[in-house]
Amino acid sequence: MIEIKNLHATVDGKEILKGIDLTIRPGEVHAIMGPNGSGKSTLSYVLAGREGYEITKGSVNYFGQDLLALEPEERAAEGLFLAFQYPVEIPGVANTTFLKSAINAMRKRRGESELDAMQFLKHIRAKTKQLGMTDEMLKRAVNVGFSGGEKKRNETLQMAVLEPKFAILDETDSGLDIDALKIVADGVNALRSPERSMLVITHYQRLLDYIVPDYVHVLAHGRIQRSGGKELALELEKNGYKEFGVDEAA
Amino acid sequence: MAASTETADQVRAFTEKEYEYGFTTDIESEVAPKGLNEDIIRFISAKKEEPEWLLEWRLRAFQAWKAMEEPHWPALTYGPIDYQDAHYYAAPKMKAKPKSLDEVDPELLKTYAKLGIPLKEQAILAGVEGTEGQSPAVAVDAVFDSVSVATTYKAKLEEMGIIFCAISEAVHKCPELVRKYLGSVVPYTDNFFATLNSAVFTDGSFVYIPKGVRCPMELSTYFRINQANTGQFERTLIIADEGSYVSYLEGCTAPKRDENQLHAAVVELVALDNATIKYSTVQNWYPGDENGVGGIYNFVTKRGACRGVNSKISWTQVETGSAITWKYPSCILQGDNSVGEFYSVAITNNRQQADTGTKMIHIGRNTRSTIVSKGISAGKAQQTYRGLVKILPKAEGARNHTQCDSLLIGDQCGAHTVPYIESRNRSARIEHEATTAKISEDQLFYCRQRGLAEEDAVSLIVNGFCKEVLKELPMEFAVEAQKLVGISLEGSVG
Ligand SMILES: Nc1ncnc2c1ncn2[C@@H]1O[C@H](COP(=O)(O)OP(=O)(O)O)[C@@H](O)[C@H]1O
Ligand SMILES: [Mg+2]
Repeated sequence: MIEIKNLHATVDGKEILKGIDLTIRPGEVHAIMGPNGSGKSTLSYVLAGREGYEITKGSVNYFGQDLLALEPEERAAEGLFLAFQYPVEIPGVANTTFLKSAINAMRKRRGESELDAMQFLKHIRAKTKQLGMTDEMLKRAVNVGFSGGEKKRNETLQMAVLEPKFAILDETDSGLDIDALKIVADGVNALRSPERSMLVITHYQRLLDYIVPDYVHVLAHGRIQRSGGKELALELEKNGYKEFGVDEAA
Repeated sequence: MAASTETADQVRAFTEKEYEYGFTTDIESEVAPKGLNEDIIRFISAKKEEPEWLLEWRLRAFQAWKAMEEPHWPALTYGPIDYQDAHYYAAPKMKAKPKSLDEVDPELLKTYAKLGIPLKEQAILAGVEGTEGQSPAVAVDAVFDSVSVATTYKAKLEEMGIIFCAISEAVHKCPELVRKYLGSVVPYTDNFFATLNSAVFTDGSFVYIPKGVRCPMELSTYFRINQANTGQFERTLIIADEGSYVSYLEGCTAPKRDENQLHAAVVELVALDNATIKYSTVQNWYPGDENGVGGIYNFVTKRGACRGVNSKISWTQVETGSAITWKYPSCILQGDNSVGEFYSVAITNNRQQADTGTKMIHIGRNTRSTIVSKGISAGKAQQTYRGLVKILPKAEGARNHTQCDSLLIGDQCGAHTVPYIESRNRSARIEHEATTAKISEDQLFYCRQRGLAEEDAVSLIVNGFCKEVLKELPMEFAVEAQKLVGISLEGSVG
């Protein structure tokens, strides 16, 4: 279980998160919706442990551990995965090399044996196919020259390969056309399981037609303003974020 | 916190990883007295039972050197070097030259083990007697201090007419070859350091590949500086006769010393018609501590002459060590259609300084050269790429492509690119591209989110940056080099 309690965070002295409370149980999919600049990415970075964010108040209990005390790579090894809103390019590093280094770094940290080349290939092959990724894409440098859709598919592939306990998807739908969106959503849905929790961050409710959440939360002005079931997303689509003092359509 | 101050803090929090190879082997040395004069040169020459012509050549070099001045044009700063305050000869004491590795001092073999000479080569070193049937990928000519003490697989090479031995041995074995080619690429008057080397060189490797022979294994030399205050003056000469091919590997590490050690090697390559020489270096000499104390001064002259038509010389280097590196492996493209290549990775960390690059001299028609230089700077290190592309009037259709990329880690280091282009033929095509980049906070966080520790992330990113060069290295070397890239940048962030 992940319990976020009264979480406050500042960036460059400016308070962005102003008391977030959120509990996610295993198997649940929670959606966070909110206008641009409301702090959605900030929340995902704080949970993943990015430097430069100061936690001024609050706590995060992650399956009994103090999440905020862990280094980013420790959180990753504990099964926390962040699909980035803007995936980063790493020139010269083949996608497979990156994935293999990642999975083996985590396994090592957890005291598990590292996968050799054959085991690794077996592990990724099925997932690659499911996401419609070619071998050629795997050989290319991480995200270099990838289209927006390819980058997001690549994030989904990484998630599938790393098999996290808790996945945060930060605007995985942005920049995707409807076909790409379906592929990514199928990939995500295939990963839903009773043990896996997900936090799906999105600006638009469109994604939630494909990844149907158990709960929807509205984040505005650094706080969760309202929580509800999936019908809340539809309501937001109709009325926008006006109700929350933001003049912007969902 | 702004990303830039964060990076700066990380770099300041730097803790230097102890130099892994900082140990000394206890072997009795026969050391010449300190100082440089005619007597010392005669002593060296006599020790090696050299012919008269070689002694005279050395003495002429010494005369020339006395009139020369140390160059100060490189972008390097270091205290004055006292050339009289060094030993110019040190030999491990041995009863007689070993006939096989069994006779080699076990201390020495232990040293190689500590140096991490690849398992494959250690197996070769260990299996001289038992493993005749297996054909090794690498033959090792070990230069320990100044004298070659172990040479493997000579017999196999000899069958093919390949000569691979210490240059001091070659002087006796094939004097006409040595006399014909020694100094033919780097004349004894060439430059301050090369001239000094010509006067006092102690040993190094000699390779001759006969006509039409493709050398079946990588030839390899591990250099190691082991004697306190011993200047190192290796001299390497490689001749590839018509239609032959050879790939040569040079790898080096050195034990920890407080005093700066001077190293001034000369490497000469000669490729005749249709011959190819591939020369790969991984240089990992002691770079000094985080304050720049100690460390090797590395002033090297490396030059290859593509004398014949369609000949090719390819330099690949991975430079991670030394306090100071001054090195410009070059190609003289004399033969028509000859090809010169320079692939370089240079990593400087802490207070290391490197002024390195290449020279491509196009003389023949349709000569082509490729330069790919990847410079990585971290800590307070300074690095300069200095490259000359010179097209002479008869080099009709000459072509050069230069790609020069710099990667900075932190904001207290520097990278500089100084390309010199001289074209005296209108048909020549010269392209130069240069980029400078930083390892971004975004890249590091992305990697860490995927489970990589910060140092592993840096290593991965830098290896990616160097990929074009690393892929030019022979397989067994490439793996080592990749590790070295990681090791040499340990602590540069975090
Ligand atoms: N590094 C930063 N420095 C200063 N302000 C930042 C930084 N990162 C984000 N912010 C600010 O924090 C607020 C929330 O940003 P973000 O979490 O990216 O929002 P969202 O993802 O909901 O669009 C915005 O006002 C943004 O300008
Ligand atoms: Mg965002």
